[in-house]
Amino acid sequence: MNRSLRKRMRLKGLIRKESLQILRDPSSIAIAFIMPVILLLLFGYGVSLDAKHIRLATVVEQPDTNTAGLIGAFQHSEYFIPVLYHTVQDAEIALMEHKVDGIVWLRNDFSDRLLSRKTAPIGVYVNGVNANQARISVGYIQGVWQTWLSSFSRDQGHDLKTPVMIEPRIWFNAAVNSRYFLVPGLIAVIMTLIGALLTSMVVAREWERGTMEALMVTPIRISEILLGKLIPYFILGMGGMFLSVAMAVWLFDVPLRGSFLALTAASALFMMVALGMGLLISTVAKNQFVAGQIAIITTFLPAFILSGFIFQISAMPEPIQFITHIIPARYFVAILQTIFLAGDIWPIILSNCAALLIMMFVFFGIIKKKAHKRLI
Amino acid sequence: MITLRHILALAIKELLAILKDKQSRVILIGPPIAQLLVFGYAATFDLNHIPVAIYDEDHSQLSRALVARLRGSPHFELIDPLDHDGQIEVAINNKEALIVLHIGSRFGSEIEKGKSAQVQAIIDGRNSNTALLALGYLRTIVTDFNIEWFERNGLTGPPASLAIRSWFNENLVSRWFIVPGIVGLLSLVITTIVTGLSVAREREAGTFDQLLVTPLRPVEILIGKSVPGILIGLIEGSFILLMAIYWFEVPLRGNLGALYIGMFLFLLSATGVGLMISSIALTQQQGILGAFLFLVPSVILSGFATPIANMPEIIQYLTYLNPLRYFLIILRSVFLEGDSYALLLDQYFPMTLIAVVTLAAAGWSFRHRLS
Repeated sequence: MNRSLRKRMRLKGLIRKESLQILRDPSSIAIAFIMPVILLLLFGYGVSLDAKHIRLATVVEQPDTNTAGLIGAFQHSEYFIPVLYHTVQDAEIALMEHKVDGIVWLRNDFSDRLLSRKTAPIGVYVNGVNANQARISVGYIQGVWQTWLSSFSRDQGHDLKTPVMIEPRIWFNAAVNSRYFLVPGLIAVIMTLIGALLTSMVVAREWERGTMEALMVTPIRISEILLGKLIPYFILGMGGMFLSVAMAVWLFDVPLRGSFLALTAASALFMMVALGMGLLISTVAKNQFVAGQIAIITTFLPAFILSGFIFQISAMPEPIQFITHIIPARYFVAILQTIFLAGDIWPIILSNCAALLIMMFVFFGIIKKKAHKRLI
Repeated sequence: MITLRHILALAIKELLAILKDKQSRVILIGPPIAQLLVFGYAATFDLNHIPVAIYDEDHSQLSRALVARLRGSPHFELIDPLDHDGQIEVAINNKEALIVLHIGSRFGSEIEKGKSAQVQAIIDGRNSNTALLALGYLRTIVTDFNIEWFERNGLTGPPASLAIRSWFNENLVSRWFIVPGIVGLLSLVITTIVTGLSVAREREAGTFDQLLVTPLRPVEILIGKSVPGILIGLIEGSFILLMAIYWFEVPLRGNLGALYIGMFLFLLSATGVGLMISSIALTQQQGILGAFLFLVPSVILSGFATPIANMPEIIQYLTYLNPLRYFLIILRSVFLEGDSYALLLDQYFPMTLIAVVTLAAAGWSFRHRLS
């Protein structure tokens, strides 16, 4: 038997052993297939940044046709649920008790000032605790006000000419549905967890049980052990990945504008990095206990907060932006959001894939080095 | 009979087991503090230096005045201007610009004639939240520009205007919303990693069976195992709280005592869930899996970043099982709205209930899940 044949046989044996281990303990299969489905179902429906159904207290001190027109504009908007209050004090209490999200207050001289063109003020109060939602709500209130203003002026006969009008064109997501960017981001976060969960305990377990030493006295090389562990988990992870993409497209109706091939290639690369991260944790940690702790701390929250999945990276202070470069999910979020919504924009896809490739080599380089050191 | 001596002995042993292991010690102290600093700065919805590319076909005095307003805003950063249509797609696709502002060639002359001039704002919608916020900033600038134009030409402005005030967070700083949330997030992570594997590890090593045959009663074991999680959670939680107040300068308007009752009940309920997972799991791998399956949905469906009110009703009901949901409400209302004990009773009660149920389940499965 020549050397390469022997090598292939050794690897085949190892893969067989790992695969059997996976099949006999169904928890890995559950992690790869059931976890993405459950998490994506929960989060895909649960996570949304759209401000819809904003509960708006409306206080009209002297109702007439003008105030009815403005309040009617809020009633017709899909973003608001107007609730009528008789005094502004009542509305303020409701705002404090979180019964409403904002107040629109038309004082009793509203129509007088409006008709005598003395600029009638419309009092708007919002609960600013959730600053992001408050900003978006204010934006929608401004939108309703502007539409009402131009139709009111037209009715009055003096056409109000606003000098500059903005005509927004939001590309890739004209309906500004936040789910379109959150679902691809969620796939990246969930896959980071799954990759790490699948592998972070495997090597640590073998060390703890002493079976790693047993493996080491056989002719098998360390790279073969790692490869033997990686291949079955890679196949499992990619299965979960395809399941997630299918759910994104068919369940959540996220448009997939790029090519399936680019998506698969980038996913495969990311899966290697995520598994590599798990293996690295597993190799560095002395035992499963510590491996588990490291996996929880280093994977979930960083992928959630620093990947650009929900918080825009370019809005972060520069030192923090720099730190985000060590989070693998960051690159995958950018790739997924682009492939899903914008299409195959190669400069973005390739530069992020290059970063993932570098991370993969770094991870496996360290693993190989650390795994050698352990025996000495 | 429950004796304090038994409990104390076990609690000290548990604490030592965690703190004597160097790797564990490093994991428990280093990352949460580092993460607080990084996340505190990273987690913001406020936008600064939004890259804008100007495509000005007019080059009139008015168009230059509008561009100057954008240049003067801290929210925007102008990149190299475009000079033909084809560049718009490239600038947006490659994320060089978030917004391309296209000023048509008749912009100046239309306004001088007293008409409205349309300005096209092409926005990268890959992150729709960012797109909406950026559009909001742009609208404010244009509104100011319009008012100035009205005034300079001696015209009256619009017949009605909005006087907007936001309560509790006047400048709408999203850090004030997020940083109190991080206090809850990190406390949860710390408690989960302290308790999530504590029983499972002993079961796998066989020492848990030994513990069961000692004179210690399950209740005593339960309390002894709960102490480290709560103690470490309280110490680190207090530190993170101090950082939120003094480093990130989030105003603390309410009663600190009300906050601490909330934190204690939260840690108690999180410890309960952690111990329950740990005592149901037969191996450490199952324990870790359980910890993840608790932690991840708890954080994402807590209202930390995305509001619970936006969720479908079924999922909203599910969040009632999540201790973090209540603690986040307490944190934010004490910090920003200045709430005190009475208003928070609705949050204390469900956490107490979760704690009682999960701790009881954990204690029960100590004995009933012997393999």
